[in-house]
Formats: sequence, structure tokens, C-alpha cells
Amino acid sequence: MSRALIRSAGILASVVVVLWGAATLAFLAFRIIPGDAVSVMLGPQAQVSEEVKDGIRADLGLDRPPLVQYLSYLGGLLHGDLGRSYQLRMPVTEVIGRQLGPTVQLTVLALLIALVLALAAALFARRGVARGVVVTAELIVLSSPVFWIGLLLLAVFAFTLGWFPVAGSRTPATLVLPAVTLALPVAALIGQVLRDGIDAAERQPFAETVRARGATPARLVLRHSLRHGAASALTLTAYLVGSLLGGAVLVETVFARPGLGRVTLAAIVNRDLPVVAGIIMLSALVFVIVNVVVELLHPLIDPRLGASGRFEAPAIGERR
Amino acid sequence: MKAAGLWIAGLYLALIALAAFAPDLLATHDPLQTDVRAALQPPSGAHLFGTDQSGRDVLARVVHGAARSAGIGLLATALALVTGLAVGALSGIAPRWADAVLMRVTDILLAFPEFLVALIVVAVLGPGGANVAIAVTIAAVPVYIRLARTQTRTLRVAEHVEAARILRVGRMRAFVRHVVPGVLGSLSVLATIGIGSAILAAAGLSFLGLGPAEPQPEWGLMLAGGRNVLGQAWWISVFPGLAITLTVISATVLGRALRARMEGRAA
Repeated sequence: MSRALIRSAGILASVVVVLWGAATLAFLAFRIIPGDAVSVMLGPQAQVSEEVKDGIRADLGLDRPPLVQYLSYLGGLLHGDLGRSYQLRMPVTEVIGRQLGPTVQLTVLALLIALVLALAAALFARRGVARGVVVTAELIVLSSPVFWIGLLLLAVFAFTLGWFPVAGSRTPATLVLPAVTLALPVAALIGQVLRDGIDAAERQPFAETVRARGATPARLVLRHSLRHGAASALTLTAYLVGSLLGGAVLVETVFARPGLGRVTLAAIVNRDLPVVAGIIMLSALVFVIVNVVVELLHPLIDPRLGASGRFEAPAIGERR
Repeated sequence: MKAAGLWIAGLYLALIALAAFAPDLLATHDPLQTDVRAALQPPSGAHLFGTDQSGRDVLARVVHGAARSAGIGLLATALALVTGLAVGALSGIAPRWADAVLMRVTDILLAFPEFLVALIVVAVLGPGGANVAIAVTIAAVPVYIRLARTQTRTLRVAEHVEAARILRVGRMRAFVRHVVPGVLGSLSVLATIGIGSAILAAAGLSFLGLGPAEPQPEWGLMLAGGRNVLGQAWWISVFPGLAITLTVISATVLGRALRARMEGRAA
């Protein structure tokens, strides 16, 4: 009981540290920007007198000492207040909230496709020619820019074959190509790790025991070695969920879809720093949630991690 | 089979290096010369890779883009290697509290996806080729710092360093002569594999219009230009992308071979 309590406290502490670090990073992004934040926000063409700029500065609270600004920024975050967008003149939470839907649809579907592809590749292409083909395909996919994959899929399936619409987000069919594009590199990475994990598990003595009991290769994989391979694949998947947001910036641009990626890009081009800071916080939040979920899932896959916390399997020599 | 792959990868990278240093040997057309009458021509004898919307030769632009596209990735990787070595090695010998602070900061940077970090850095610095290189460096550097620190901690107590200390080699000298070269070795292997992802990240930023500006030839930027005419002219988008992919595959294949060699030697 107390071990579980300590573990939860540890998770909670790292959650707080990561969120606080992200908030500090987001705040610093405002401070280290070259030039004056108000001039940046008004743009180079603006003909505005110094008095007006001072007024805006006072409105935004930029005339206060840095430490006061920092504390009030952190205080705002605790109330779920991410500030106001310079460009769109509305709360950052609203800017993000409006565009969250399409990106969540895109990334969730992409993750599902990626997991199915990776699992299929790791389970069905284990030996011989099929394995060679899959390994080569993974190398090519991982070496290709994700936006180029998107352009190729568009050229073939939308422009030449006409199976899918070229752009937009109105019908479910518009989601297919972007999701596949975003999924392919993720599938390749997870597939590699899953296959390596399964192979490593089947070289261990327990696999020999299972085979000696007369289990078929399929039973060995499904009941035993897949579990071993899945542990590291799960950790990697957690990391990759965060990277989907970065990928969404590119994929949404290629397919001209609305979403958080487009919001991020627009905020960067317009130097709308409160929105950029909001994206930083959102990304940190996703990272934290995904990692807590994975932390809770690990004991289900590997019972040795259960009640006693982290547990290293003893070396074979010690076990004898 | 393996050796053949290594040769092909090496030859392709040599070709890219040639394109970067002496582009005129490989392309006869001017990459910036527009010719509206020759716009959007498919690949032919006169234009092997076809022409783009302004009638510029795509082959010439791919060749002349090599210096910028591969160069930014290479520069970013070199910067990440040097910074990672300096910060990581110092962290490895720093007092415990300084090491702890540095590692927590690295952890927080590692919590963000690399491409998002690069985007945010460009948001702060503003667009441009040099800023893209800095952005990709900052995004990649936490991994280098981590590895350098771990390696420094391991090597500091290694037998050959102990031996040097017993032979009355000074603390500083033993560190510079016997620890740093070993750390540099492992970082170089990481860097060879990392060049590929640095080139991909840089191309991504350029594709979004945050890198070098038109009319400069750059692979990611060319892909962005090709997107709008994808239905009529596939060649504008296919060839620069192919150049990126082949470069990254070659760097990855060579990097993996190098890693396998290093691990084989250590074992």
C-alpha cells in the first residue's frame, strides 16, 4: 500500500515539475524574443506613436517587473487562463478549443492506423522475404519527409485515381489520406521496436521452455513474446503521441485541413506569442497525461512491475 | 549485399557533396532563370526533371539546393554535437547540484517533440536559413547532452583513466586526453544517424515557409511550391522529395554500419 502511495506521489511530483518547466519555458519565450514585444505584435508596417505603444504595454501588463509578470502568468495558468491572442483578440483557450476537434480526430485515427500496421508488420512479416520487404519499407518511410509522403499519396490517390478528395475537412473521406500520412512514420518506428522486442524475447530461455512444451510458434508469439515486445513499444508510443502534434502542423498544411497545426503555424508566422505559449502548455499537458496512462498500463502488460514498483528481472545466473 | 548498399550510399552522398560544392558540373541550366513559355513542362531531353511554374529547370534547382538543404542539416548536427559534448561532459564532472539542475532542464526539453521545439525556436527567432539551423540544433541537442553525460560518468572511472591518474597525469589533462575523445567517439556515431533526422526537420521547416525564402533553391521549399500544381505537374514535387529521402537513407545506412562496427569493437 505504502509503495503504491510513494509511486503515485512520485508520478504527481514529476507531473508538476514538467508542467512548471513548460510554463517557465513558455514565459521565457516572450522575454528572450529579439526586439520589443509590442512592436513585434503590431508588425513592421504599423505607424503607432510611443504613447499608444506604452498604453498597450500597460494593458498587457508588460510594464511590470519580470518577476511580477512571471507570477501572474503562473497564477493565470492555475485558473486555466492562457492569456489573449495578439492577432485574433480572443482568449488563447478559445483559439485552441475551436480547432482542437479536427486535430484530435486526425491524430487519434492516425495512432490507430499506426498501431494496426505496426502490429501486423511485426506479427506477420517475421522471417524471410516478407521481413526484408518490411524492414526496407520502414527505412524508406522513416527517411522520407512526412509532407512528401502526403504529396505522393495526394498525387496518386486523389489526383490520378480520384478515390479521395484533394483537400478540405467536410466528409469523413477527407480524413483518410492525412491520417495515413501521419500514421506511416509512427507505424515504422513502433514496428521496428516491437519486432526487436519480440525477437529478443524469443531468444530467452523461457521461449525454449514454451517451445519444448509443444506450443506452436503462433501461440508463443501471441501468449508470451508479444507481451515482452509490447513493453518498450508502449513507452515509444507514449513519446510519439506528443510528436503527432508536430506532424499535424505539416500534414494539415499539405492537405489544407483546419486544426491545431494550422493554428500553430499561423501563430508562429504572425509571432502571436501567447498562442505559441498555449501550444507549449497543451503539448506538455498531453505529454503528462499520456505518460501517466502508460505508467498505469505497464503493470498490466508486465505483471512483474505490479505491486512492488520497478523490478529488474534477475540475471539468469542468479535465478539458478 | 550489405557492402553493395554501403557503396551505393557512399556514392550518393559523394554526388550530393559534389552538387553542393560544384553544382555547375552537374546542372547546365541556371536555377533562377525563369522562362514563362517553358512553364510546367514534363521531364524531357532538354529538362531531365521538367520545369516548374516559372519555367525554371527542376534538375538545376535540385542540384543547386543541395548546399542549402543538406548543409543546414549538417551544420545543425555539427552544432548539436559540439554543444552536447561541451555541456554533457561538463555536467558529467560538475558538482552534483549543477548536474541535477542541468539534467532536469534537459528532461523538460526531452518532454517536447523535437519538431515542436524547432517550431517554437523559429517562432522566437523569426524565419530564415540560419535560424532553422539553430532551431534544429536546439531540438536535437538534449539527446547529445544525455549521451555525453552518461559516457563521461562511465569513462571517468574506467581503468585506462585510473591508470593515467596513477601515473600522475593531472586531473584536467586526464579528462581532456582520455575521457573527452571516448565521449566524442560515441557522439559521432549518434551524429551520423542524427544527420538524417536533422535534414528532415530542416526540410519540414522550409516546407512551412520558415526557412530560406524564394527564389532560393531549397528542397523543402520546392515541395511547398509544387503542392499547388500537384494535379498537373507531379515532377516538381517528386524529384526534390526523392533527393531528400535518398540523402537521409544514405546517411542512416552509413550511420548504422558505423554503429555496428563500434559496438562490435566494444564487445
